Amino acid sequence: MENALIYMALAAVFGLFMAWGIGANDVANAMATSIGSRAITVKQALLVAGIFEFSGAVLAGGEVTSTIRKGIIDASSLGPTPELLVYGMLAALLSAGLWLLIASQRGWPVSTTHSIVGAIIGFAIVGIGVDSVQWGKVASIVGSWVASPLIAGIFAFLIFNSVQWLILSRPDPLERARRYVPFYIFLAVFMLSLVTMFKGLKHVGLELDVLECYIIAVACGIVVAVIGRFFIMRIQPNRKAEKRFSYFTVERVFAVLMVVTACAMAFAHGSNDVANAIGPVAAVISIAQEGALTQESPVSIWILLFGGLGIVIGLATFGRHVIATVGSKITHLTPSRGFAAELAAATTIVVASGTGIPISTTHTLVGAVLGVGMARGISAIDLGVVGRIFLSWFITIPAGAILAIIFFYILKLSFG
Amino acid sequence: MPNYISKMFGASPVAPMQEHMETCFKAARELVALFEHAIDGEWDKAVESRQRIVELEQEADELKKQIRGQLPKSLFMPVPREDLLNLLWAQDQIANKARDVSGLVIGRRMKIPIRLRQDFLNYVSRNADAAKKARKSVRELDELYETGFRGAEADFVEALVEELDQIENDTDEMQAKVREELFAIEKDLPPVDVMFLYRVIELTGEVGDMAERIGRRLELLLSH
Repeated sequence: MENALIYMALAAVFGLFMAWGIGANDVANAMATSIGSRAITVKQALLVAGIFEFSGAVLAGGEVTSTIRKGIIDASSLGPTPELLVYGMLAALLSAGLWLLIASQRGWPVSTTHSIVGAIIGFAIVGIGVDSVQWGKVASIVGSWVASPLIAGIFAFLIFNSVQWLILSRPDPLERARRYVPFYIFLAVFMLSLVTMFKGLKHVGLELDVLECYIIAVACGIVVAVIGRFFIMRIQPNRKAEKRFSYFTVERVFAVLMVVTACAMAFAHGSNDVANAIGPVAAVISIAQEGALTQESPVSIWILLFGGLGIVIGLATFGRHVIATVGSKITHLTPSRGFAAELAAATTIVVASGTGIPISTTHTLVGAVLGVGMARGISAIDLGVVGRIFLSWFITIPAGAILAIIFFYILKLSFG
Repeated sequence: MPNYISKMFGASPVAPMQEHMETCFKAARELVALFEHAIDGEWDKAVESRQRIVELEQEADELKKQIRGQLPKSLFMPVPREDLLNLLWAQDQIANKARDVSGLVIGRRMKIPIRLRQDFLNYVSRNADAAKKARKSVRELDELYETGFRGAEADFVEALVEELDQIENDTDEMQAKVREELFAIEKDLPPVDVMFLYRVIELTGEVGDMAERIGRRLELLLSH
């Protein structure tokens, strides 16, 4: 293909910029609950986010990247002009990046996922044709944008209710927290590793059967739960602090759990959101190399590594500032709440990642927080802000689409 | 980039509510000191007490406004906004009543008849006890939020409210007794003084009534 190298280089630059943006801004949303509840420090959050965003992206990011790359557009409709898809994917990256830049300066709550999906649909309709969009797939993605916060909310509601029932409503909450928190740790690790092994490890070249997956997931869960239990048992009751707030030590036990769910959240975010940056890159590269978007070839591990790296660079350069700002603002989300929200959100996101559905991490987490709120867990939630967050995607999709169409024609004119 | 997850949390009203209660209780406690000074005839000190009560009442008013301001209707809370505002109102009334009583006593340099003094002082401090128990109950508010208003913690607060009711019952009985004693000697006193004495007795009792009302409001929060 003519200009193949230029296309690939452009895709790499735009994709890296997008991944950098996700690392710099978006990760803060995922980590905010952990820092806000004082479970971990900003430094620890950066470290945790770096490691787990990266491994989430590499280990479990393949399916969603696949969807972005070739699930939304039917590549067979391209015929003899595969360049159109290259322009389109580059345009999608540019428009999503620009839209995020505009939105974040204006303070609008927008989702990376919504803007990239909107952009891809936009250029496909105008540049290739309405029939080129796999509408069935798009419908299921949009449906999941409604379903994912809802499911996470229900999860969070159930998890927090179980916490109240097992621990908080009892006369001996500390003993009970020590007894039951390791089980929640087990649950978190088990869910995450199971989904990852079912769906993710093919890209790393590991093939496991179902039974092996379950055995390894149980083993991982037990190992982390035992480590967690060690730390939990070391926590000494702080009588002085308990005089002011009698659940002080109980919350410190939950803080151990929250370190685990913070990792889970970073992993989940990496697994779903890395695709927003590198899905289009992957599409451009396979067209540039092979002249067509083949349905068979899986996403290369190198591209996933590339995306994960981009996120970590974003985190390292700007993440500290954003995470610190965010952390100082949330003070009323104690670990017993934060963990419930994070566990519910992370599970929902990882399952979506495993199924290859791009969803909004932020929306899912907001849904989970609302779920905890429904279980009377949070002293005050501003429904006005929640409404604005959910409404934002009605604007983001057409905005991403229109910008993508503009960039598409600019690129088509300059290369064609 | 502003973070939306952090923006969705409203400021928790719990700590300011507790601070407000603390302030109102201090006003009720100062009322006891004020009566002690008045009975001893130490009017300088009594005036100082009055000054402190006025300041505490103003401080409580400021806190009340601040709390109301941070509770817009768009907030989603584990308890109805109205119930919380009603609790706040009852707390605030304790400081208001203390201010009203102290104003009457200082303004008229009121003398408590000797035969009433001990029972009257007991009556005032029992009302302050009620306010203290109300404070203890409101101090459990953060624990109630933590537990989602149920379970062992809810039972504990329920028990506190019961104790509060007991104290309020005491104040009612003591009020009846003080009135009776005043009635027995009222013919020998200047009629206007007697009128205002009855008024002070009544107003002081309202401190206990308001403390009891705080208990009712807390029970309402538990029942949701």
